[in-house]
Amino acid sequence: MKQPTGSPVERLAVLGAAAGEAVERLRQSPVPVIEVGCATCGRAAGALETIAGFEEALAANGVEAEIRRVGCLGHCYAEPLVTIRYPGFPPLLYQKIGPGEAGILVRSFLKDGSDPCYEYLIGALEPDENFPTLMDYPRYLFEKRVVMEQCGLIDPEDIDHYLAAGGYRALAEGLEKGGEWVLEEVKAANLRGRGGAGFPAGRKWEIARSVDKTRVIICNGDEGDPGAYMDRTLLESNPHQVLEGLILAALAIGAGRALFYIRAEYPLAVEIMEKAIAAARERNLLGEDILGSGFTLEVGVFKGSGAFVCGEETALISSLSGHRGMPRPRPPYPAVAGLDGLPTIINNVKTLSTVPAIIRNGHQWFHEIGTENSPGTAIFSVVGEVEYPGLVEVPMGVTLAHLVNDICGGVKDGKALKAVQIGGPSGGCLPVSLLDTEIDFDSLKKVGAMMGSGGLVIMNEDTCMVEVARYFTDFTQGESCGKCTFCRIGTHHLREILKSITIGEGRIEELEDLEEISTSVIKGSLCSLGKTAPNPVLTTLRFFRDEYLAHIEEKRCPARMCRNLTAFYIDLEACARGCDACVACCPTEAIFTTSNRKKAIDQEKCVKCGECVYACPPEYDAVRRVSPPELIPDQGVQPLDSGAGSEKEQ
Amino acid sequence: MSEKIVTITVDGKKITAPEGAWLLPVCLEHDIYIPSLCWLKEMDDPPASCRLCLVEIEGLPEPVASCRCPVREGMVVRTNSDEILKLRQVAFRLLVSTNDGHCNTCIANRSCELQQIAKFLHQPLRTKRLRHIDRDYPEIIDDHPVLMYEPKKCVLCGRCVYVCSQNERGYKLDFAKRGMDTIISFYGSDIDPAAKECADCLACTEICPVGALSSKEKWRRFIAEVRLKQEQKKQKPS
Repeated sequence: MKQPTGSPVERLAVLGAAAGEAVERLRQSPVPVIEVGCATCGRAAGALETIAGFEEALAANGVEAEIRRVGCLGHCYAEPLVTIRYPGFPPLLYQKIGPGEAGILVRSFLKDGSDPCYEYLIGALEPDENFPTLMDYPRYLFEKRVVMEQCGLIDPEDIDHYLAAGGYRALAEGLEKGGEWVLEEVKAANLRGRGGAGFPAGRKWEIARSVDKTRVIICNGDEGDPGAYMDRTLLESNPHQVLEGLILAALAIGAGRALFYIRAEYPLAVEIMEKAIAAARERNLLGEDILGSGFTLEVGVFKGSGAFVCGEETALISSLSGHRGMPRPRPPYPAVAGLDGLPTIINNVKTLSTVPAIIRNGHQWFHEIGTENSPGTAIFSVVGEVEYPGLVEVPMGVTLAHLVNDICGGVKDGKALKAVQIGGPSGGCLPVSLLDTEIDFDSLKKVGAMMGSGGLVIMNEDTCMVEVARYFTDFTQGESCGKCTFCRIGTHHLREILKSITIGEGRIEELEDLEEISTSVIKGSLCSLGKTAPNPVLTTLRFFRDEYLAHIEEKRCPARMCRNLTAFYIDLEACARGCDACVACCPTEAIFTTSNRKKAIDQEKCVKCGECVYACPPEYDAVRRVSPPELIPDQGVQPLDSGAGSEKEQ
Repeated sequence: MSEKIVTITVDGKKITAPEGAWLLPVCLEHDIYIPSLCWLKEMDDPPASCRLCLVEIEGLPEPVASCRCPVREGMVVRTNSDEILKLRQVAFRLLVSTNDGHCNTCIANRSCELQQIAKFLHQPLRTKRLRHIDRDYPEIIDDHPVLMYEPKKCVLCGRCVYVCSQNERGYKLDFAKRGMDTIISFYGSDIDPAAKECADCLACTEICPVGALSSKEKWRRFIAEVRLKQEQKKQKPS
C-alpha cells in the first residue's frame, strides 16, 4: 500500500478521507444493507443462523442485498439484533430476528420496501418523522455512550469504518504533540483504571516513564468475572479503539513493547484483534515510524489460558513469562519492575478504550461527564433478574436505582428487588435500602462493595443471600492460586461454613468464625483476589443477617431456594383433576395420583428441582414451595391404589 | 544493598541494621522471633506466601510481610500487637486445619517447624474451632523416583519449589492445581518435562519444614522403625 507523506495529522487526513469515501459509497449504495450483530453474544443467540436465513430468503426471492457483520450494541435482551439500511428509509433496528423473521423481513420489506415490519422494529437509529427513534427509549436516552459509541454500528473487521468515524485522529494528534502531552492530558483528565481498583492511569504511566529502561505496555483482556463481558464486547465490536488507546498509552510512557493479554476463551476477540493489528500495520498506524512520527511500536497478542487470578497484574506477568499465574508481593510494582524486570504498565480494555476520546475531546470535556473524583463513564454488564439485561454505559455518579429501575426496566416479571451484587465475585451485595448509592469508585467502597470491572447482578425476592455468598466464595476459592495461606485455606473454610448453613447444618457460633476469617483474609492476603474475596460474605452478613439466622435457628430459607430447607407440595384445592403436566416433567417420578385423582408429591423421592412449578399450568398454579419442609400441610393424601375400597396394603 | 547502617525500633527495642535488608532476618538476628514457613535466608525474592511473618509498621495502613519489607531509617515495627497476634493465630489455625495431626508417626516429629510455631503461638496442633479439612489426596504420592510426597502434611510453603529452581540442572518441582486442591507436582514448568530429570540432590527434602517431602530411602527406614516400635508396644502388655 502506498503511504501518504507529511506530518502525522496530514497523513491521517489522507487515510481518513479515503476511508470516508469508502464508507460513504457503502451508505449510498442502491442495494439494501443488512447488518447483523455478530459478536460472541449475538452468535450465541443465533446470529449466524439469522445470516443463513437472510441468505436463503434473499436467494429464494431474488432480492439483492449486502449482509455485513457488525459488533454488539449491548442490548442482550433483544439479540439477535439486525439493522437494515434500505434506500429511502432511516437505518432501522430490529430485535430478536431469527431465520424465520429474516425471511419475513426479506419478503415484506427488502423485496420492495412496502412494509418495514413494525412488529420486530425497535426504532430508527437516526431521528425520523415516521419511525420511533432509539432515543424514545429510556435505555438509550439515559445512557451516555463514550466508549461504546460505535459498538454495534461499525464493522469491527473493517478499519475504514473506524477511520471514517474519526478513528486514529487522537493518535495522529498525540504523535504530533508528543507522548509527554498525551500523558499530561490523561493525567489532567483523572482517568481512573477501569479494571476495578480505580488507580489513576496517568499517575501509573508517569511512574513507568520515570524508569529509564525499555518500557512495556499490556492491555489486560483477561476478563474473568462470572457474568461480565464488557471487555470482550469492546474487543470484538470496536478493536481499533482499544488498539488506538494502547498505542497512545505506549506513546505516553515511551514503550518499546506492547501486548494484548486476551483469554483463550475469547477466540473471536483474539481473531478480530489480530486482524485489527494487521490492518493498522498496513496503514502505518503501527510498526516502524508510525505516520512518519519516528515512533515505532509492534503489538502482539498473547492468549491467556483461563485463570481468574491472571487478571491480577503480577500474576498476569508471571503467566506471560511462561510460569504458573501466581501473584507476587509488591513492591516492586509492575510499573517499576514487571515483565522481564522492565517497567510494565497494565491497563484494562475499558481504560485504554477511553483514552482516544479524552485525547480527541480534551480533558475538560472528560470532566464534564461523571463526578468530580470519578470522571467519565462506567460500563456495566447488567445481568440476572432484570427486564433488559445487557451492557450499559452510564456517566459515573448515577444512582444504582436509576440504573436498575429506569435504564434496565426494573426486575423481571414484576417481582420485588432484593439486592444487587456489584463488582463481580469479589464485590458486595447491596440491599434495596442502599440503592441510592451513587456509582463511582469512592461511594461504592464506602458501602462495602466495589466498582470492580463492572459486573452487576440483579437479584429478586426469590434469591437466597446465603446461597449467593456461597456461590461467589466457591468461585474465588476455586480460582485461588493457592499461594498464600489466607486465601487458599481461609476462603475454603468460608465456603464450607456457608455450605453447611445452606444445608441446614450451620451453627450460630460459626457466624463469628465467618466474620473473623473474612476480616483476616482481607487483612492478610497477598493479592487483591484474596483481599476482596470475603466481600460477598461480609456484605450479606451485614445486610442480610436475618437470613443467616433463619437458616441456622429455624432451618428455614426465607427465599425458599436452599434445597435441603425447602419442600414442594401440591395444593389439592388448586390442582385440577386429570391434568398430568407435572407428572411428565418430574425426573424422579416423585409425583403420583391421589385417591381423588389429583396429584401429590412423594417427599422421599422428590429432589426439589422445581420443574413441576414451571410445568403446572398457570391457571392452576398448584405447586407450593415451603421452608422449612415441616410446613407441608397434612392434606390427607392417599395414593389412588390404596384408596377407599382397596384393602391392599404395601 | 547499601552499607549504610540505620536504626529501627522493633517492639520498643532499638536495633541497627544495614539499610534495605529484609526486616525478618534482621529481627531474627536480634533475637526477636517472628514465625515464618516460606522464607529461607538465601532468598533474594521471598514469596511472602505463608503470611505468618506479618508485622505492623507505623504509618502503613495494613500489616506487611516482614520477610520482604526493607529496613529504613527510623522505622517503627510492632511484631506483637493484638491485631498481629490475632492474624498469626488465624493463619496458623488455618494451616493446621488441613493437617492430619499424626505427629507420632511423622518423619518430622520434633524437628517440625509447625510444632515450633505452635509452641511459640501457644496454639494446639489440632484446631477445635475450625472443621478439619481432609484434602482429597492420598496419604502418600510415591510416583517420583527418589521422593516421597505426603500431600496431607504439606503446608504449600513453596520452599522446595524455590530450592529446586536454584538447581542448575533445571527444576522439576512446581505448584499445580488451584484453590484448596493446590499441590506440589514433580513436573515443573519447563517446556519439556521429560528432558529434565530430577537432579537427585534432595535439597527439597532438607528444607521441607514439615516433612512432607522426604527421600524414599530415608522414609522407608523411618517407617520400618515406626512399625517396629508399634509391634513392640503391642507385645508389651501381653
